[in-house]
Amino acid sequence: MDYSQFLAMKQEIGLLVVFLLVFLYDTFMPKKAQNSLSAITCIFFGLFTLAGFCPCLSYDANAFSGMYETSAVIVAIKNILNVGVLIVLIQSIKWANSESQIMRRGEFYELLLVTLFGMYLMISARHFLLFVIGLEAASLPLAAMVAFDKKQYESHEAAVKYILTAVFSSAIFLMGLSFVYGLAGTLYFDQLAFAVAIEGSKSVMLIIALIFVIAGIGFKLSLVPFHLWTADVYQGAPTSVTAYLSVISKGAAAFAFFVVMAQVFGAVYSQVWEWMLYALIVLTITIGNLFALRQRNMKRFLAFSSISQAGYIMLGVIANTTGGLGSLMYYILVYIFSNLAAFGVVAAIENATGKVSMDDYNGLYKTNPRLSFAMMLAMFSLAGIPPFAGFFSKFFIFTSAIEQGSIAIYVLVLIALINTIPSLYYYLLVVKAMFINENETPIATFKSSVSERLGLWICVAGIILLGIVSCFYSSLLELTNAM
Amino acid sequence: MDINLMFYLIPSLIMFCCGVYGFITRKNMIAILISLELMLNAVDINFVVFNRFLFPGELEGMFFTLFAIAIAAAETALAIAIIINIFRVTKNIDIRDLNKMKF
Repeated sequence: MDYSQFLAMKQEIGLLVVFLLVFLYDTFMPKKAQNSLSAITCIFFGLFTLAGFCPCLSYDANAFSGMYETSAVIVAIKNILNVGVLIVLIQSIKWANSESQIMRRGEFYELLLVTLFGMYLMISARHFLLFVIGLEAASLPLAAMVAFDKKQYESHEAAVKYILTAVFSSAIFLMGLSFVYGLAGTLYFDQLAFAVAIEGSKSVMLIIALIFVIAGIGFKLSLVPFHLWTADVYQGAPTSVTAYLSVISKGAAAFAFFVVMAQVFGAVYSQVWEWMLYALIVLTITIGNLFALRQRNMKRFLAFSSISQAGYIMLGVIANTTGGLGSLMYYILVYIFSNLAAFGVVAAIENATGKVSMDDYNGLYKTNPRLSFAMMLAMFSLAGIPPFAGFFSKFFIFTSAIEQGSIAIYVLVLIALINTIPSLYYYLLVVKAMFINENETPIATFKSSVSERLGLWICVAGIILLGIVSCFYSSLLELTNAM
Repeated sequence: MDINLMFYLIPSLIMFCCGVYGFITRKNMIAILISLELMLNAVDINFVVFNRFLFPGELEGMFFTLFAIAIAAAETALAIAIIINIFRVTKNIDIRDLNKMKF
């Protein structure tokens, strides 16, 4: 065996090095030096993120006879995830150093890095065995992270709900894979694509297999008929884990979903899975929005908002073009910044006062103007109000979907467009609570920690700059078009 | 009698459906976990049978099964750990009692 092919996996190796450094530091350093574990993790991971932008990584290569592939686009996808993880790490410092977590914070960082490794494998995999290993490595440690708050009953309840649905969904996904294997006799993506093209849309077995595969990944993405775990898990998990779950985990699953659909089942796009996805998108956006309307708990509210955002993300998958991938990447980049800003504010308020209800936010502007301003920007960006990045990401993803040209897709985009109206209503409910509603006992003025402020500043800068500075989008589009 | 593919595929499909049924109806979390194991094992049978009957020259399905078994074991271990945690808090593993968070 040629061991030099491991060198194709430079980013994975880099992440492994970061993981080992954090692990060794956590295990062997004396008690005194332990206090800086969070900062050390952020610095190591920050350096790793910066190194990821080095142009020397953007080359096409594959390893293990085509099981693993890397290219400029894949490196860019991983960089997007890295940026998000870095913000999550910075925002979680205060929580990780709190009295109840300090014993176990090393495990939090280690588990987080392992799940990121799994997502890397998922995105780079060109063989379903590696894909499944990545998927499991990305979802199993997350269950342990959801159960992290040992003193909180809700955390355990959320973890049970998460692990049972995760195993159920992966069993369904594997069942679909077994049919795919029976159909083609191989699990390599390129050979499978060939076999699928020959088999055509007449094959009942292929259709059943596709239903199972879409359902399995749909659980991870919390698309609507498979979304029932989402709100409970998001509410029960510690806020930092919720942020990670809703942004990074979902983003990675969306990229992997695009790769599987476009590369393996691309040949039967219009006959088979366009319509499956069509129904899923309509349901996801509509039901996510309608349930978000009646939520009073901020974390549940953000959970349903992220369900409907997943529907918009799927518009990039249904476009099934390289332009679709470009706008999908841009959408997730913007989504990372806006959603993490919202979670950053929720976490800051929860760390300081323990309050997570929307009614507690009444009159927040009078006491904590900066936090409410950051929250307002996040809500505007998530709703898609023009000067902020969220508008442009929605605009580009609609455009790329329309490029398909069929009437049905026009109707789909129209439905998505109409759905932004209720979403605007419930996003503005939060803004109204903070700025307009009167409250005799608002949350007292408090000073958030340096790390929380740093995380929020990065997010706010992203929300404002990503939309106005056009080079982000055009460079992503250039990358995907060169594919 | 000629033993062909169907003699294995139909039992495995029945196993899978039993697993889904058990997952939905069972109230005891350990029983739910057993139902999940049934589903995962049905998948393993499928892979081995497809490999053995349709593509006898290769080993891809067999290897996939080996990995799937290992992954299933990891999943069960983690789920049991979480269920033990729940048991410590509530002294109970009935899934109907996990209803603090709703709607």
